[in-house]
Amino acid sequence: MPLLSLQNISRHFGSTRAVAGVSLDVAQGEFFGLLGPSGCGKTTTLRMIAGLEQPDSGSISLHDKDITDLPPERRGFGMVFQNYALFPHLNVFENFAFGLSAHHAAKADISERVRSALELVQLPGYEKRAIDELSGGQQQRVAIARAIAIEPVLLLFDEPLSNLDVSLREETRSELRELVTRLGLTAVYVTHDQEEAFALCDRISVMVGGRLMQSGRPRELYEEPADIAVARFLGRNNLIRAVRLSSSKTSDGEFKTLEGGHTLHVPVTPDDLAPLNKPVVLAIRPEHVRLSLNHDGAPNALRGVVREIVFAGATSTVRVDAGGLLIEALLVQPDGLRINQECTLILRGDKLRLLREA
Amino acid sequence: MKANRLALLVAVIVVLTYGVIYPNAAVVVSSFQRAGSWTLTNYREILSQRSVLEAIVNSLGLSIGTVVLCALVGVPLAFLFERYTFPGRRLFAAVAALPLVLPPLVGTVAFIFLCGESGILAHSIQNLFRLQNPPWRLAGWPALLLFHTYTMYPFFYVLTGAGLRRIDASLAEAARSLGGSRTFVFTRVLVPQLTPSLIAAALLTFMTSMASFSAPLLFGGRVRVLTLEIFTARQRGDMTVAVTETVVLAVISLAALIVFQRYEGTRKFAAATMKGAPRRRVTIASGKARALAGAAAIVFAIVLVLPVATLFLVSFAREGSWTTQTLPAEYTFANYQRIFAEPYAAEVFFNSFSMSAIAALAALAWSFCVVTLLVRRARGKAAFLGQGGRRLLSLLILVPWALPGTVVAVSTAEAYGQPSWLLGSFVLVGTFWILPVIYFLRFMPLVVRALQASMEQLDPALEEAAGSLGARAWQRFVRVTLPLVWPGALAGTLLAFVIALGEYVASVLVFVPDNRPISIAIASELRDFNLGAAAAYGVVLIVIISVSMVIAGKLERTR
Repeated sequence: MPLLSLQNISRHFGSTRAVAGVSLDVAQGEFFGLLGPSGCGKTTTLRMIAGLEQPDSGSISLHDKDITDLPPERRGFGMVFQNYALFPHLNVFENFAFGLSAHHAAKADISERVRSALELVQLPGYEKRAIDELSGGQQQRVAIARAIAIEPVLLLFDEPLSNLDVSLREETRSELRELVTRLGLTAVYVTHDQEEAFALCDRISVMVGGRLMQSGRPRELYEEPADIAVARFLGRNNLIRAVRLSSSKTSDGEFKTLEGGHTLHVPVTPDDLAPLNKPVVLAIRPEHVRLSLNHDGAPNALRGVVREIVFAGATSTVRVDAGGLLIEALLVQPDGLRINQECTLILRGDKLRLLREA
Repeated sequence: MKANRLALLVAVIVVLTYGVIYPNAAVVVSSFQRAGSWTLTNYREILSQRSVLEAIVNSLGLSIGTVVLCALVGVPLAFLFERYTFPGRRLFAAVAALPLVLPPLVGTVAFIFLCGESGILAHSIQNLFRLQNPPWRLAGWPALLLFHTYTMYPFFYVLTGAGLRRIDASLAEAARSLGGSRTFVFTRVLVPQLTPSLIAAALLTFMTSMASFSAPLLFGGRVRVLTLEIFTARQRGDMTVAVTETVVLAVISLAALIVFQRYEGTRKFAAATMKGAPRRRVTIASGKARALAGAAAIVFAIVLVLPVATLFLVSFAREGSWTTQTLPAEYTFANYQRIFAEPYAAEVFFNSFSMSAIAALAALAWSFCVVTLLVRRARGKAAFLGQGGRRLLSLLILVPWALPGTVVAVSTAEAYGQPSWLLGSFVLVGTFWILPVIYFLRFMPLVVRALQASMEQLDPALEEAAGSLGARAWQRFVRVTLPLVWPGALAGTLLAFVIALGEYVASVLVFVPDNRPISIAIASELRDFNLGAAAAYGVVLIVIISVSMVIAGKLERTR
């Protein structure tokens, strides 16, 4: 039985459809990510889980009990806001104690729990500090601890790290994950940053345009994006438009690229055989493209010319023009490559994926 | 550069010394003197008079009552109109601040026409029920409190609304997600966040009510207040009492100003440093509640507009045609023809225009001098004055704005009434210049504040960029700063101009007979029962003010 379950929830704002028929389950103890570009409806989905927005249709249940109409204060979910939403008129202690006193906890109990919460986020002795005396990272930790202090059934995060600078973000990220695991909490985490989602989450759902496109473990999503939208959003991908050739009836599909007119062999299962003579999209990650300076007789080898080499530290991106088809390859050491040099691209058949249109 | 600023500082100090420090000091000094020697006799004498004590208690009581009533009206309206959306919302929002721009005297006159014992409301009830006498008299406490609530509730409405808009919506959401019920969140998050706005509104209302003069004069009845006591003491030539009471009134008002400034400086509550969730107005879904809210919007809008509408109506009434009827019986343009065509009636327009224009333009020039000294020009670079100096300067500039008009007029007249060793033969009283000077002193803080706000919004990087492109100091000012702050400064100047145009409180104390301002003409027409002419003057003022406010609003938006 899932802890949290959304069934077909939708939400409109005026005439714009922010969330369209989203269903998902979150298991007890899971760190679940909602990933998508800005404006995809992920924050609205989270706010509906929190009870801050009402879905127009569909239902939300917790432990199989319908909570769709339950007001936020009776759900017992802790939420960490993007701007932290710390109460500026209260000090650190009072911010922590807010949720506890809302739940009518005893005074002695409150100070005990605040002290342990402060230790949890490594801010002991900060009780009397005003919020504007804290650094961004400290405010962040206070916001997380404030949500944890009420011992939430479920923790909700709305892009909590987006206001931190890069180095602090990675540090806080691992602290956060460690904390949630240690306390055995269940979390729903909204972000537009795929790297963050991959690093943090056990399972991720990708949302685009108000719809849930695909759910799965980070590696699954990365390696087997189900459609073009997901492939576009998750990391860089070479998207190659092609048509399946009529001569091929076997599981080894034969495709002709629309740009460049190359022939590519892609293993396809019989049940997702692409229709004949209709354009489809083939995707391959830049890191799966091999580049060789010699003529190569390997299958799926395309001749091309190096157009651009972009150095990015550990790796370099090489852009090759293969007769009108532009392909990116990610190389660790592009030694000896020059602009305008002829080369061979090898697109491994087992790494080429056939995508359906969104 | 530094030498220029120094010269500016000297000029500002001279103006403040002559305009603010010396007159107020002169009043204080003479309140402690009797026949050339220092004494407390004046205070002992006036504080032992029943009427004076009564006036002090009445002024305080009236002001506190006004604050409470304005809060009771303004705060719920702000919540309703700021947080919900429903049909009719915009109608009310458009006229909500109307009483703020109404000159107090004009508002008082309009109120008399509408609510007075021979006004439209009383007449209609009397005629409807065929009563022998008018159903009520517009006098005393109820009249004053009603009028004050009508004119001053916008302080609460506007400031509470602004406070609500500023509150980060995610705070309330965070509070609810932490388990707070609606009432818990309201008392623990919303109210503390609103407190500064409420206190600011309360103090503004308090100060305005303490300074109120036209309403106590025209329908205060037996309720004596300090402003009125000072006026009558001066009229009967009892300068000692006038001056001593002026000091008492000034001390109360300045105490309110100091508390007000402390709260205004409390930025912690604003929490504007963080990016917050925008607050959406909630649509009222239930049909009944929607209808109720819409009806409230329409009713309140009508209530707000009614006095002004009455004034319009009466301004077209033929003199003598409105006695016992509900509405005037005959209409004519004669009132307007008279006030524009008769030289004696029309000259007040020229007088008020010229005096207000002189005051407003002087305030504009002055504001640039002051703001140059007040505003930190570039990041990192220290301002010309230290923090203490800037605070003192701001306070001195605000003093004439915070003091009741009565106080400013009495102190200026007291200080510049006769030649003295400090001033030589420099006498203002009885000359053309006394009113422009008083208008300048009273309303220049508005221009300074407007310009200062524009300057502070200006990104210092713009001037730095201009400098890095090779622009010299004067080029940076003329080509970058000035075009950007000009609209704000002009809007402030226009505001000062229109307020001066309708000024009555100070004018009535020191005006010169051959240089009467519009407000004096209104009061004397009213005294002569030329109701139509008094209304017509009022309408002309309202039209000028409305046009100016529209222009000022446009200017503000171009910033």
